[in-house]
Amino acid sequence: MTWYAGLSFEEKERIEKALQSVKDPEIDSISVLELGMVERAELCNGNLTLFLLPTFMGCPALDIIKSTILKAFTNIEGVKETNVLFIHHPPWTSDRISEKGKGKLKEFGIAPPMQKNDQTGEWQAACPYCDSFYTTLDNLFGPTACRSILYCKSCKNPFEAMKPVSTWM
Amino acid sequence: MTELTEPLFKKAVVELLYQLADDDFILAYRGSEWLGLAPHIEEDVAFSSINQDTMGHAAMYYGLLEQLGEGDMDTLSHARGISERKNAVLLELPNGSGHYLKEPRYDWAFTVVRHFYYSHAKKVKLESLKHSSYEPLAHAAVKISMELYYHLMHWTVWFNQLMNAGGEAKRKMLEAISRVEQDFLDVCSLGPLSAEMASLKLIDGDDALMQAFHENMKPVFDALFIPYKGEFQQHSGKGRYGEHTQELHQALATLTEVYRTDPAAAW
Repeated sequence: MTWYAGLSFEEKERIEKALQSVKDPEIDSISVLELGMVERAELCNGNLTLFLLPTFMGCPALDIIKSTILKAFTNIEGVKETNVLFIHHPPWTSDRISEKGKGKLKEFGIAPPMQKNDQTGEWQAACPYCDSFYTTLDNLFGPTACRSILYCKSCKNPFEAMKPVSTWM
Repeated sequence: MTELTEPLFKKAVVELLYQLADDDFILAYRGSEWLGLAPHIEEDVAFSSINQDTMGHAAMYYGLLEQLGEGDMDTLSHARGISERKNAVLLELPNGSGHYLKEPRYDWAFTVVRHFYYSHAKKVKLESLKHSSYEPLAHAAVKISMELYYHLMHWTVWFNQLMNAGGEAKRKMLEAISRVEQDFLDVCSLGPLSAEMASLKLIDGDDALMQAFHENMKPVFDALFIPYKGEFQQHSGKGRYGEHTQELHQALATLTEVYRTDPAAAW
């Protein structure tokens, strides 16, 4: 199901535009929509409720995201009041990041979530600078809960990648 | 789903949530005392991230308690007295002698073993909670498991490497294992309402959880050619019954210092 199910075309367009303006406070190229954090939007008599999925539970950016959303919706036609609720079901998983979102992460110098190689069982990430797969994982845990630190042996740059999270874990 | 309107069901859910929340809360705090002191910089980054996740898990459980009318989560985490705390005693013990600001003579082997054992116990509980009759808890378990996956991976690397290192490292690890096992029964215990929790299908009973824990641990020890005894005690007290050490008192005094300056402030 898409996040805008139940909204009219015009409502969806307006809400989508506002949500696109709400960026991850730590990666300002990608929006909460592209990150796959928006699960559902309900609009009833001008009252908008947005159901968001936190990426990682200890993420300190959640409060900032909430206040940025509230600001972004102060002057949207057809929306009188906005509520932001963080829910845990379904859980956010890294495959919710859209293709466009992955491109924007790369622009920022962050590789999209590492992929598991089916044959070797190893996690792989392409360097966001030179696209080489000749990379090594330096630290699973990075500067924020959702990122890992890697190193590209081709162009000799350190870089970050989104940490893959999935329900089989 | 059994109804929350049944007083016993609600009582058991609340009891279980306090144990889960308080365990993660105090261990995340103990872990954060290592900040800047971990064996190397990569570990400092990784351990901080793990502590942040773990504090997030505690916040999630306190949030569920808030929804059940137990009070707001800041109060639940910061303002409850020592006898109201339900964390296992092992998790409140300090990282070693000294103080984190002054001559911290912390014990890395104890830290690795405590976190390794705890992460395994947490995994066993979460696997069971995924089928909990209390749906919000089942959903939380799925979410938390995705983060615990990496924690367990991390502590497994440390555990195996130090155990395989020989010399002082192995000696210290074996000492730490004895120390942790002395108080590990408390970690595995579900306290006074364990029978009710099991019969209401909130979580498997103590025995089933313990058996699952042994089944996961034994292969680790087998691979290291170390006999696995799996005989646990609760030497320092029964945390699930509100019994705690002076160490918890100290820890709470430190970690609530800022909160107490202005309990109503939003941080």
